[in-house]
Amino acid sequence: MSAVLQVENLRTHFFTKAGVVKAVDDVSFSVSRGKILGLVGESGSGKSMTGYSIMGLIDAPGKIVDGKILLNGENIIDLKPQQWRGLRGNRVAMIFQDPMMTLNPVLRIDTQMIEAIQAHEKISKADARERCRAALARVGIASPDERLNAYPHQFSGGMRQRVAIATALLNKPDVIIADEPTTALDVTIQGQILFEMQKLCRESGTALIWITHDLSVVAGLADDVAVMYAGKVVEYGSVTNVLDAPLHPYTQGLLESVPSRNIKGQPLKQIPGMTPSLLKIGAGCAFRDRCKYRTPDCEGAPQLKLQSQHRQVRCFHPVAA
Amino acid sequence: MSHILELKNISKRFSKKLDLAGKLASKLGSSAKDETVHAVDDVSLNIERGEVVGLVGESGCGKSTLGRVVVGVHPQTEGERWWHGRDVAKMSAAEKRTMQLQVQMIFQDPYASLNPRYRVEDIIGEAPVVHGLVNGKDKADYVAGLMQKVGLDAALSKRFPHQFSGGQRARIGIARALAVKPEFLVCDEAVAALDVSIQAQVLNLFIELRKEFNLTYLFISHDLGVVKHLSDRVVIMYLGRVVEIGATDALFANASAGANHPYTQALLAEVPRLDVRKKDFVAITGEIPSPLNPPSGCHFHPRCPHAMARCKIEQPALREIAPLRFSACHLNDMR
Repeated sequence: MSAVLQVENLRTHFFTKAGVVKAVDDVSFSVSRGKILGLVGESGSGKSMTGYSIMGLIDAPGKIVDGKILLNGENIIDLKPQQWRGLRGNRVAMIFQDPMMTLNPVLRIDTQMIEAIQAHEKISKADARERCRAALARVGIASPDERLNAYPHQFSGGMRQRVAIATALLNKPDVIIADEPTTALDVTIQGQILFEMQKLCRESGTALIWITHDLSVVAGLADDVAVMYAGKVVEYGSVTNVLDAPLHPYTQGLLESVPSRNIKGQPLKQIPGMTPSLLKIGAGCAFRDRCKYRTPDCEGAPQLKLQSQHRQVRCFHPVAA
Repeated sequence: MSHILELKNISKRFSKKLDLAGKLASKLGSSAKDETVHAVDDVSLNIERGEVVGLVGESGCGKSTLGRVVVGVHPQTEGERWWHGRDVAKMSAAEKRTMQLQVQMIFQDPYASLNPRYRVEDIIGEAPVVHGLVNGKDKADYVAGLMQKVGLDAALSKRFPHQFSGGQRARIGIARALAVKPEFLVCDEAVAALDVSIQAQVLNLFIELRKEFNLTYLFISHDLGVVKHLSDRVVIMYLGRVVEIGATDALFANASAGANHPYTQALLAEVPRLDVRKKDFVAITGEIPSPLNPPSGCHFHPRCPHAMARCKIEQPALREIAPLRFSACHLNDMR
C-alpha cells in the first residue's frame, strides 16, 4: 500500500528573541489510506506543531526550515499561499481540540459548512446543503435538517465536535489531522466520537492522524504510533509493537506511569524530572537527564534507527523487551 | 470505625430568579419561570477516618458541587453535614472555624487557583500565620519544611506562581492545603491538568502524604484509572444523584460481581485501556441531559439499554445490594 501522506525529516523552528525553538526537529512518518496513526507526546513535545506544519499553518516567527511533506507523492512544502488554500480543508483537513474555537459563533452551521464546500467547488447552494445534511447524519447527529439551521451555542460540546468532524469530512479529504479532539469531552462522549471516527476511516479510506497525550486512546484506535519527545520522534512502529514492547526509555516510562499498569495503592512508577525547555536542550539526547540508562554516549545526538521491520527508535541503548 | 464525615440527605440547588423583564413577561402570560438547577440531589455518604473515597462522574453530574459543599464553600440547600459525629450547623463559631481548617481543598486548575501577585512563601504561609498555627517569625522555616515535603526546592519560596511549571504549581496547591494541618482533603480533579509523567509524580505524592499525615481524601475525578489506583471506595454520580457505591476492587471486578448499575457498566466499558487493541468502539447513546430539566424517574433511563416502563415513573432508591455495596437501579428488584 502506498502512503497517502509521507513526512520526511520535517523541521519547524521558531526564531524568537530568546533563541531558536526547535518545536519540530527531524520528524518522519507515513500514513496509508484508511489507516490511523497516533501521534503521542506530552505538552510541548511538538505534536500539535507537526500537525500545523502539515496544514501549512505555521506563522512567523515559525518556519519550516527543512524536510518534505509528500501528499500523494507531491511535495507540498513550497506551495504558494494560493495553492495552500486549495489544499486546506479540501485534501487535508484538521479537527481542533476546542470545537467552539473552530466554529464561528455568529454564523449558522449551514452557512459555515456550505462555505467550506463552495470554497473548493462550483456547486449550487442546494446541492451543497444536501451534502452537509448527509455529513451531519453520518457523524450521528439526529434530525440534521433542523440542526443545520442552528447556531454553535445551541449544541453541546460533543455535538459541536461532531459538527467539526462533519465539516472536515465534507470534501472527502485524503488526510484528516485530529488534534486532541476528545480531550475536552466526557468518557461516554469520547467513546461515541472514537466510534464515529473509526467507522468513517474504514468506510471512506481517509487516512487519520490522531494527535493525543493519551496512550490508552491510541491503543484502542490506531494502527501505528509515533511517540514524540522535545520535538523529535523517539519511537515509531505498530501499536502492538510499541505498546507491548517499548524500546525507548521514555515510552517505557510513560507506559509504566499509567495507573492501570501499576499495583493498586502502591506508588506509581514515575519518570523523574520534567520536560526540558526547548531552548535549553542543546545537542545530545533530550531525554538524557531523566533517563536511568544514561551513558556518556548520550551527550551525542542519537538518530532514528530501524530496529526491525517497521520499527524505529531514537536511542543509543534501546531497552531490551 | 468512626465516621470522620457524614453527609445526610444533602441537596444543593442553584436558582436563577427572573429579572424584571422576565417578571413582566410572565405577568403578561409568558411561560418564563425561575430556573432551578438540581446540582446535588439527596446525597448521603459516610467517610471513615483514613479512607480514600473516589467520586466519579461526567461533567455536570454535580461531583464538584458536592466537593464544595463538603468543604463549606457552598452551603447546602437541604440536609446535614456531620463532622466527627457532630452536626456542623449546631457548632459554635469557634468550633466551626477549627473544623473548616481541618477540611481543605485542592483545586483543578493549578494556574487559576494561585494568586499571581503573591510569592509562594505567602501563598503557603499566609493561612497558618493568620490562624495562629505558626508565629510570623517562623513562617519562612515552616514554609520551607512544607515545600520540601511536597518535593519543591525551598530556595524557590520567594518566587511567583508564573515562574513554576504546571506540576510544580500543583505541588504548591497541595502545600497550601497542608499548611493548616488538615485531616481531610477534597481533591477536585487535582491531576487532570497534568501530563501523564507529571501526573504519576503528583499521585505518588498524594499516596505518601496520606501515610505521613494520616489523611482522609475525597478524590473527585473523571479519570477512572486514577480513581481505581488511589481509592478504597468509589462513589458514582449521575446528574446530581449517587447511582452506585462500592469498594474499588469489587466495582472494578470483571463479570457479574463488578459494576451493578447500567451507567457504571457503560462508564467502565468506555474507558480507553492500554491492553485493548483495535477496539471496536460501541457508543452508549445520547448525552448527559440538562440538570435544569432532568428526566423523570431514573435520570439514566433515556440512555439505558435496560430501561423499563417503571424507570420513567419511579426514582430507584439507593439500596444495599451486597454488604457495603449500594446501587440505585430497578433491575435489582427483579433479580
